[in-house]
Amino acid sequence: MSKEIRNFFADKDIQIILGTLLRVGVITSMSVVLVGGLIYLFSNHANAVDYVKFDSGKSGFSSISAIFEGLKALDGAAIIQFGTLLLIFTPIARVVFSIFSFLIERDYLYVLIGLIVLSIILYSLSDKFVG
Amino acid sequence: MYANLTMIFKFYCVRTGDSIFAAMSVLLFTVIVLVGAFLAGFVGSLTGLGGGVIIIPLLTLGLGVDIHYAIGASIISVIATSSGSAAAYVKEGITNIRIGMFLEVATTISAIIGAIVTVYINPGYIAVIFGLILLFSAAMMVRKKIDRSDNDTSGKLAVFFKLNGTYPTAHGAKDYAVHNVVGGFVMMFVAGIISGLLGIGSGALKVIAMDNIMRIPFKVSTTTSNFMMGVTAAASAVVYFHRGQIDPGIAMPVAVGVLLGATIGSKILVRTQTDKLKVVFAIVVTFLAIQMIYNGLSGKL
Repeated sequence: MSKEIRNFFADKDIQIILGTLLRVGVITSMSVVLVGGLIYLFSNHANAVDYVKFDSGKSGFSSISAIFEGLKALDGAAIIQFGTLLLIFTPIARVVFSIFSFLIERDYLYVLIGLIVLSIILYSLSDKFVG
Repeated sequence: MYANLTMIFKFYCVRTGDSIFAAMSVLLFTVIVLVGAFLAGFVGSLTGLGGGVIIIPLLTLGLGVDIHYAIGASIISVIATSSGSAAAYVKEGITNIRIGMFLEVATTISAIIGAIVTVYINPGYIAVIFGLILLFSAAMMVRKKIDRSDNDTSGKLAVFFKLNGTYPTAHGAKDYAVHNVVGGFVMMFVAGIISGLLGIGSGALKVIAMDNIMRIPFKVSTTTSNFMMGVTAAASAVVYFHRGQIDPGIAMPVAVGVLLGATIGSKILVRTQTDKLKVVFAIVVTFLAIQMIYNGLSGKL
């Protein structure tokens, strides 16, 4: 019984750190999106929008290298995409953190499960699925 | 009478199907989407339906945006709201990180599959599937929930994967046991496919998996499912991202609006009775669902 209680509190510590991690990730990425949004609106506000037909090449910022190129030029759309990327990485960072916390708890089964989840996402990140 | 109604209905559908969109400026578009996304996030968090299921009909039916862009923007809002509110939930110590991590194996694989498949499917069919999921979510929202959790720790897989846990109540910590791990895993796989296909959190399906199949107590299932949503959505968002489905001009107002709306909604939620709101909203959602299905079948989307 006493062991169970200890585990519960040990988990709780991890959860508080996890919660903070998620919050910081969301606030940071959304601030970047907002800044990018203002720049984007400032330079594009009068243009006409066209989203009637999906065109995969149109936004031009669908690779990390393209986004970094755009960031150098302070392009609003690129900054928004960078914020979006940070947002996508927030839950991924959460998985990485969980793996470490399971490692500290010596719960190797869950270290393995966490690694499986992480490798699924990283494989998808490596752009193998979209031609 | 019936014929009359169908006439009006068809007329309305044709009207909304038309694009008022061609001449719209970026500024106007951003403002409209921002306001719509704010309302979607607000109502979505009050009713537990999530923002994505409302923002997609708004973008496609209301503004004539291609459904693939709408899906890409919606998934970003799912990550934002899920991570934002998961932060609040995990601090209360209710989320079962092991259940979440375990089921994420199913949802990440299937979300990626869904996200890969989605561009090969006719947008009309996606709209129809979306409409059906909307109908289902509306039904789940008004249904009376029955907590069937217990402390019967006889499930071998649940013990092996250390899924059984404890949650805090007013009378101290309460134990609970997880049932039918395989069934729950399979259902989560389905939820992940739908999530990747449509760019939504598919909370309604996750509730089925966790509350009904695995019989996890509400306090744990709601927060754990929300916690998982971010990772699941990130998996499919990566695929959308590479494909160019996440357009900054749409993703920006959608993510900002939904997150703000959901944050304010969750603050109000604590001290509001939402039963009546849910019924009203179920009717609205049913209407949206029929619109999506109609437009999907008639090839307007």
